[in-house]
This record gives sequence, structure tokens and C-alpha cells, in this order.
Amino acid sequence: LRAEDKVTVHFVNRDGEKITVQGNTGDSLLDVVIDKNLDFDGFGACEGTLACSTCHLIFEKDVYKQLGPITDEEMDMLDLAYGLTDTSRLGCQICLSKSLDGMTVKVPESVSDVRQSVDVGTTTS
Amino acid sequence: LGTRSVASTAAHQPKVCIVGSGPAGFYTAQHLLKNHQSLQVDIYEKLPVPFGLVRFGVAPDHPEVKNVINTFTQTAHHERCSFYGNVTVGSDITVDLLKRAYHAVILSYGAEGNRSLGIPGEGLPGVYSAKDFVGWYNGLPENKSLEPDLSSETAVILGQGNVALDVARILLSPVELLKKTDITESSLEAIAASKIQRVLIVGRRGPLQVACTIKELREMIKLPGSKPQLDPADFEGLKDVIEDLPRPRKRLSELLLKAAMEKPVGKEAERQAAASRCWGFKFLRSPVEILAKANGARAVGIRLAVNRLEGSGDSARVTPTEGREDVNCGLIINSIGYQSLPIDPAVPFDYKQAVIPNTMGRVNQAPGLYCSGWVKRGPTGVIATTMNDSFDTARSVLQDLESGQLDTTSAKPGYVFVKAVLEQQGVSPVSFTGWEKIDAAEIMKGKEAGKPREKLLDVAEMLKLARA
Ligand SMILES: Cc1cc2nc3c(=O)[nH]c(=O)nc-3n(C[C@H](O)[C@H](O)[C@H](O)COP(=O)(O)OP(=O)(O)OC[C@H]3O[C@@H](n4cnc5c(N)ncnc54)[C@H](O)[C@@H]3O)c2cc1C
Ligand code: FES
Repeated sequence: LRAEDKVTVHFVNRDGEKITVQGNTGDSLLDVVIDKNLDFDGFGACEGTLACSTCHLIFEKDVYKQLGPITDEEMDMLDLAYGLTDTSRLGCQICLSKSLDGMTVKVPESVSDVRQSVDVGTTTS
Repeated sequence: LGTRSVASTAAHQPKVCIVGSGPAGFYTAQHLLKNHQSLQVDIYEKLPVPFGLVRFGVAPDHPEVKNVINTFTQTAHHERCSFYGNVTVGSDITVDLLKRAYHAVILSYGAEGNRSLGIPGEGLPGVYSAKDFVGWYNGLPENKSLEPDLSSETAVILGQGNVALDVARILLSPVELLKKTDITESSLEAIAASKIQRVLIVGRRGPLQVACTIKELREMIKLPGSKPQLDPADFEGLKDVIEDLPRPRKRLSELLLKAAMEKPVGKEAERQAAASRCWGFKFLRSPVEILAKANGARAVGIRLAVNRLEGSGDSARVTPTEGREDVNCGLIINSIGYQSLPIDPAVPFDYKQAVIPNTMGRVNQAPGLYCSGWVKRGPTGVIATTMNDSFDTARSVLQDLESGQLDTTSAKPGYVFVKAVLEQQGVSPVSFTGWEKIDAAEIMKGKEAGKPREKLLDVAEMLKLARA
């Protein structure tokens, strides 16, 4: 593959750390996570078959608008995702294209992480 | 915090065991192994085969959901992980003995019971628990002889969660679709000969409180050969209410409302007109009595109380009225919920909630004991929910190792000790390699029939294969 077929993606993991990788156009974001061995706990449990919501990712507003149309089936699984936002999509359904080059996507905190920080908050107050 | 690698500060290798090899067991193991450099995990499982409800619960026509097995298999192959099947904790070995062998014991044994209806006639032939019925079509050894009576026209399912919809779908699906799945052969034959044309899915509360998720509902609405029969009167006036609901409930309600209120057009109208089977939701009804045949030999119907809904949303409560409705049906499936059971008197158990009382997976007042999955949280939620709570529990274990709360200053014998106990009991465990022999045999048997696998139903046969 030539350099122009590469797309740069910045992931922000659950600890808030930024990880920058390059993927091939046409690959899904789940493919990228697997190929690059990105260590997002439990990501992609159903292996891209739209049967879980563990590949949930949050996009920037203007990038979100550029993503392809969303099917009812993807919406159905997204409904079960923790920390659903208006710019959430499932990573296994989003394929890289040149126009997405340089985007930043966020791996959402799981609900339990959120609860844990709430617990900490209440004990320290 | 707890997700980062924890260096072992103690002199001895921490040894941890997990009871149960469903998603909770495997996800807890995965997180522990990944975030600790020396810890050993041994998984004990009652059956000779792993994966719990992924194998014995998830519907055969949902093979995608079972992809998690690939990740579990990787975990089982980890050099610091061992699987011991055919070991029932609580009877083959006690939890106290496990505590002697391991620094920590994690209970992930799921929910093996079924909540009972508590109404007269519940034990009659023709009435089954969803747990047994699901176990029957999914090849759970203890349910292989269930022989549910599928000779009547109408089936009633009590409960409106995903398990209820799984059962309805399996009862109504065209056999041509089912035979390509890993559904148990004998169950497929019984379903092929089934006379059931109509499935009524009964709930205590209203349309805005159904407990299923939208994917399963959409599947039901599109089910080949079947049409939805929903009473528009049940949905009167709901359109305005659903606008303000949170997105998941809103989309679910919109789909339900559309199926109930809008006349199908075009292809969908043709499809529905050609459908020979149907299903429907019955709302605001609670079972009060199973109606028996004159000689009392079997169920022929069910008497339902008509409820009134008070309040709205998820917290809406019902009060029964004097109203009664009888429904003729020869098959009644109780799908009001699975339930965890205590397995050992040494483990605290909350009988009211039917869970092990815990704080972030640490069993209350029982140092060294942890829990994850359905036995920790109750029998609700999808595999992803179980995954998250299992990671939580693993984090608690790692924190306790780091803080010294879990004392690893003395060495523990681990499996060596357990092996001796099991030998005395005449129990010989099945290794993961043993399971892989069973797996290969099942896949081979399935191939002949054009399906992904044909599950073995007999424990003795499994054991023989595993040891070959
Ligand atoms: C019918 C049904 C269909 C489902 N379908 C889906 C679906 O499509 N998608 C989805 O995401 N989720 C689905 N779920 C939910 C999912 O199965 C659960 O979230 C998950 O399995 C819970 O995991 P667990 O490990 O706590 O329990 P389990 O999966 O039940 O695992 C418990 C394990 O412990 C073992 N065990 C029990 N007692 C002992 C003992 N005394 N000693 C040793 N071992 C013991 C059991 O044999 C079992 O292997 C479904 C659930 C059911 C009931
Ligand atoms: S990986 Fe399961 S839905 Fe994307």
C-alpha cells in the first residue's frame, strides 16, 4: 500500500492518553484497533458482527457528520452502549477514508469506571 | 488506577481461583492475567465444557454473540491460566478448602435457578421454566429429557424480557432457518413437529415497561413466516409520552408503536398476509392460576389477573384488579427470571436479592472471597454488562494485592492441593485440552448435518471423549 492509502487516527483511551496510529483506507476502526494491538479492554467482543456495543467510539462533531449513514441495526446496538453521546458510533461499522485523516476518536469510559469515580468522590467529600 | 500493571510486591506468586467458566469467569481471568505479571488463575467449572450461558443460554440463531468464545479460548491458553471442568464447587470441594489452596477465591457461578410463579398448577405437565426450555434446545445435559409438549395451538410465555423473546422466536422460526444453527438435533425434530401457531408474551406492566431490547424486538417483528398481532388499544395515547423518554426506551417504544398502529404496506403487507403464525404482547396481566384438564392431568390454560398501572416510566407499579381473563393454551413457559442459588454455607448469601452481598466485588465480611457476573449483580444485562462488572471485580482483587489486604506473604499450594482433595472424592477434572477434544467431535458431528456443531448431551460421553 502506498502512503496516500494510509489514514492517521488519534485514539484517546480510557485513561485519557492519546495514541496515534495509521490505518489503511477501507479498514474499519475495529480492524485498526486489532491490527495495531491497541489495548482497549473488552473492545470488539463480537468481532464486528453488530452483536455487542463494546466497540463504541465517540467522534468529534464535524467528523461525525462526515461518517456514512447509520443503519437501524447499528442504532439498536448503540442504544445499549454505556455513555452514549450524540456523536457516538460503533467502531466496527466505520471504515477509514482519506477524508477522515487526522481525526480524534475517544474510547468512552465504561459505566463501572464512572461509578467508581463517583464512589471515590463521595468518600472524599 | 487499577487498570495499570501491578508489580508483585510479595515474595510469593499470588494464586487465584475462579468458580464458574461463563463470561464472568473468563472476563475476570482475562483482566487479572493482563494486569498482573505473575499471578496464576485456575478456573473450576461444574460441567465438562466451558463458557456457561454463552453455550447453554444464547439462542442458537445468534451465533455472532458466541464470538466471545474466541477471546475466552485465548485466555484459557494463557500460560498462567488453567481450566478444570467437571468439578462442582460446594459438593466436590468446599469453598473453605479452596481458600486454603488459593490466596483469593472468585465466585462467578451465575444464576442456575428459575424464579417460580408461586401459583396453583405451576407443576403441571405443559408448564416449563424458560431456563429448562432454553437448556433443552441448547443441549444442556440436565434438560435433555424435557420433552416439552408442543401439541397445542397456543403458547403463553410469562415475562417480556429477551429470554422470553428468544423462546418465542425459537418456537415460531421456520425449521429451515433453525436447522442451520447449533440447536440440539432432538429439539429441532420436536420443533419441526410442533403445532404451535400463536405465541402470547405476557407482562405485568404496560408497553412502556417491556424488558426486552430493541434488537430482539425488531427481529421478532421481522420474523419470517410470522406476523405481530398487537392491539392498538394498548397503545392509545402513548405517542406523546414517548417523545421525552431517554433514547433507548424511546426508540424501542417507537418501534413497538409503529408495529401496533401502522398498517403495513407493500412487501411487508404481503409478507404479513402470507404468514401462517403470529405472536403478540399481552400487557397488564399477572398469572393467578394454571387451568388444568378435567382429570387434572395437564395444563390447558392460564388465568390472568388484570392489572392497573400506577405511575409511569420504569418505576411504574401495578395493582391487580378484580378482573380476570382466561387464555386457552397447552404450553406455558415461565420466563420471569433466572435466580442465583447459594452453593456453599461458607459463603454469605442475600436470599432476598438472590445475590452474594458484596462491595465492588469484595464479598462482605469474607476477606479473600470475591464475586463477579450474575451471582454478584443479579441475572440481568447482556454479556457486555457482565464484562464490565467482571473487570471491576478483577480491579478490586488487584488493588487488594497491591495494598497487602490480600496477604501473599505465605505461599499457597493451588491446584496441587485441590487435586489431592478431588482424587479422594473420585473426581477427575477435564482440562481445556479435554474440552478441545469434545469441541472437535461436536464440530465434526455438526458438519455431517450442515450445522456449526452438534452438541453432546451426555456427560459420560463428554468425559470419555475428553480422556481419550
Ligand atoms: C437464555 C439467555 C440468552 C441470553 N442471550 C444473550 C445474548 O444474546 N446476548 C448477550 O449479550 N447476553 C445474553 N444473555 C446474557 C448472558 O448470558 C449473561 O450476561 C452471562 O452469561 C452471565 O455470565 P455469568 O458468567 O455470570 O454466568 P453463566 O454464564 O451462567 O456462567 C456460570 C458458570 O458457572 C458454572 N457453575 C455453576 N455452579 C457451579 C459450581 N457449583 N461449581 C462450578 N461451576 C459452577 C456454570 O456451569 C456456568 O458455566 C443471555 C442469557 C440467557 C439466560
Ligand atoms: S464489535 Fe460488536 S458491535 Fe462492533
